Amino acid sequence: MALSRLSSRSTTLFQPLAAAFPTTLRRHISTDTTPITVETSLPFTSHLVEPPSRAVETSSSELLSFFRDMALMRRMEIAADSLYKAKLIRGFCHLYDGQEAVAIGMEAAITRRDAIITSYRDHCTFLGRGGGIFEAFSELMGRTTGCSKGKGGSMHFYKKDASFYGGHGIVGAQAPLGCGLAFAQKYSKEEAVTFTLYGDGAANQGQLFEALNIAALWDLPAVLVCENNHYGMGTAEWRSAKSPAYFKRGDYVPGLKVDGMDALAVKQACKFAKEHALKNGPIILEMDTYRYHGHSMSDPGSTYRTRDEISGVRQVRDPIDRVRKLIISHDIATEKELKDMEKEVRKEVDAAVAQAKESPIPEPSDLFTNIYVKGFGSESFGADRKELRATLP
Amino acid sequence: MAARIHGGAGAGAATALSTFNPKKLVAPPSRTNLPARNSKRYIVSAAAGSDGSKKSLLRVRHSQKLIANAAVATKAEESSAPTGTGHELLLFEALQEGLEEEMDRDPHVCVMGEDVGHYGGSYKVTKGLADKFGDLRVLDTPICENAFTGMGIGAAMTGLRPVIEGMNMGFLLLAFNQISNNCGMLHYTSGGQFTIPVVIRGPGGVGRQLGAEHSQRLESYFQSIPGIQMVACSTPYNAKGLMKAAIRSENPVILFEHVLLYNLKEKIPDEEYICNLEEAEMVRPGEHITILTYSRMRYHVMQAAKTLVNKGYDPEVIDIRSLKPFDLHTIGNSVKKTHRVLIVEECMRTGGIGASLTAAINENFHDYLDAPVMCLSSQDVPTPYAGTLEEWTVVQPAQIVTAVEQLCQ
Repeated sequence: MALSRLSSRSTTLFQPLAAAFPTTLRRHISTDTTPITVETSLPFTSHLVEPPSRAVETSSSELLSFFRDMALMRRMEIAADSLYKAKLIRGFCHLYDGQEAVAIGMEAAITRRDAIITSYRDHCTFLGRGGGIFEAFSELMGRTTGCSKGKGGSMHFYKKDASFYGGHGIVGAQAPLGCGLAFAQKYSKEEAVTFTLYGDGAANQGQLFEALNIAALWDLPAVLVCENNHYGMGTAEWRSAKSPAYFKRGDYVPGLKVDGMDALAVKQACKFAKEHALKNGPIILEMDTYRYHGHSMSDPGSTYRTRDEISGVRQVRDPIDRVRKLIISHDIATEKELKDMEKEVRKEVDAAVAQAKESPIPEPSDLFTNIYVKGFGSESFGADRKELRATLP
Repeated sequence: MAARIHGGAGAGAATALSTFNPKKLVAPPSRTNLPARNSKRYIVSAAAGSDGSKKSLLRVRHSQKLIANAAVATKAEESSAPTGTGHELLLFEALQEGLEEEMDRDPHVCVMGEDVGHYGGSYKVTKGLADKFGDLRVLDTPICENAFTGMGIGAAMTGLRPVIEGMNMGFLLLAFNQISNNCGMLHYTSGGQFTIPVVIRGPGGVGRQLGAEHSQRLESYFQSIPGIQMVACSTPYNAKGLMKAAIRSENPVILFEHVLLYNLKEKIPDEEYICNLEEAEMVRPGEHITILTYSRMRYHVMQAAKTLVNKGYDPEVIDIRSLKPFDLHTIGNSVKKTHRVLIVEECMRTGGIGASLTAAINENFHDYLDAPVMCLSSQDVPTPYAGTLEEWTVVQPAQIVTAVEQLCQ
């Protein structure tokens, strides 16, 4: 097995791939946690606040886990692509490949008590919060073993025990919800923050500014993260926003612009933002990122941008390649070992897909469950109560 | 007198007590073998929905229903002997009492809305609460319905129980996306992971020359949203009871108040009580015709009922209270007794609560009807400012009398 041939440079204890159906992102625990300092690709640009330093502390175990988790996310999205084309996934499917660094970097900086809420491009965020690829694929294929029991779909992944609040189909509607999560955290004095993710398209929604005003007014521990992939579906940011400096659009709310393809920069920014939000109220993070796929599976993604642009970004800024280069240059693992890790990940994903394909589809009675909590027997039949409680003569 | 299991809350049946009130009723000969329905005013049982507990006491009202005079918002008549000592208050005070009791009881309950805090509420429903509970629990929001409704829903996802006030129900149109997609559907789309125990409340309905945009009946627009419950209060008694039940419910509840009913006065019990969210209220039992109504139209109906009684009719008046889901049990019992139905509502003709109720009754009780279901609704027009025009927009007692006469031919 390739794993056993890893050198003792990093005394990694890779968990053996014995489990038939691994379900969660496995952090490979390395005993080597000696800090490595890496500089971010770009300095941070800031608005109304002192930017954090470019030097990020990390460790070989963290870098390896970044690599593996991002590879898993990438693989999952590509598998979802094939499944969609095979018509096993229907409806809308918004893929996150290219943007993995945002999800991964954020997780590295926060705890599971901090809340995350995002839009419909939520598969990888779900994984980052500890969701399993089996649950993800099941949900995408509409099976009962899915994270929302098959009733939500691609745009409605949730994981309550990990404080992942979804998964929302309407652009920008998660911004007020995120404020509500932050409000509840403040109300219950939880010392946790809420990361509300939205895109460059949603940045023009009025409700976002309403939410910003509220958050700033009441010093809510909210971090608003604009995942700027430069295209709101087919409309480029320069065509939809008068001011595409999204980190500045908070006006009285401080902002930070981050290279969203650099997982370490994201980690640094999120750490900084969390500290800020707990003390001073909301802050905006603009993650400069890029999606390789189109807006969704129905969008080829090449009518409004050139293929050269896409491949250019992939060559120069790909998040996984960046971490790969870091790992190799710091002698944490060899190229071959990383390739083997990717193969392993691919096997995992294939196994999860296969298992999900075998999972049961929901029963007809599931149509009526979970509409109301403990309501009206166990089912709801529209506005009328079907069940008459006493017999009438 | 029969103890009857009343078709009450979905979760955990609450047994109901009934007592015979000799003052009220003539025992009419029943055409069918219905058990003595006349022995029961109406049953108010604990809303066991929220946490399954039956802590709230069961109350039975004895006093006569309020009959409003020509000007709706006036003092109601007191008639029969009240239960205990009780205390008299106005409807908005009853709402406030209910809200305050629930806030005392559960620290997760909070209020948010425009001018609910320092100003005391535009209709004084939240008066004094900010002083008592502080600014975080009684939150003055900026004017951003979409955002603060969404905020309340987000907070509810974590376990808080916000009471979101729309200063006028019509303003909640701005929050429709949040109410429909997030409030109503999150429990379902998350596979049951999140509950949204919010209460969305506010005054709606046609007031006194408030103009078209401030006289809307949002119950017609919200009724299709899956996953929410809607109730409409009409008396201080059921206002307090429904407010408490709505707060305790794990489901999102929209509580419709009416601008013109806030100053109704009534004596309510001193003891704690809750009204059942899914239950209709029997206002006046009768034999000839079932009149279904809710909110302000109840008073127009009762006024018409006085005229009808003088003319020799015996209408049964039911305040449906629960707009979603309908209490088809109570309604069905009544239809099976009287065989004629008149619905009197304030919604517009097209797509209102009456339209849905007509369909529901036709579907379920068609065999028991001797005449088609008649529905009196407001006209399909924006509510005009001019007083006379506004009067013609909504259903007036004279029209109700005519309709009953027509149905009972």
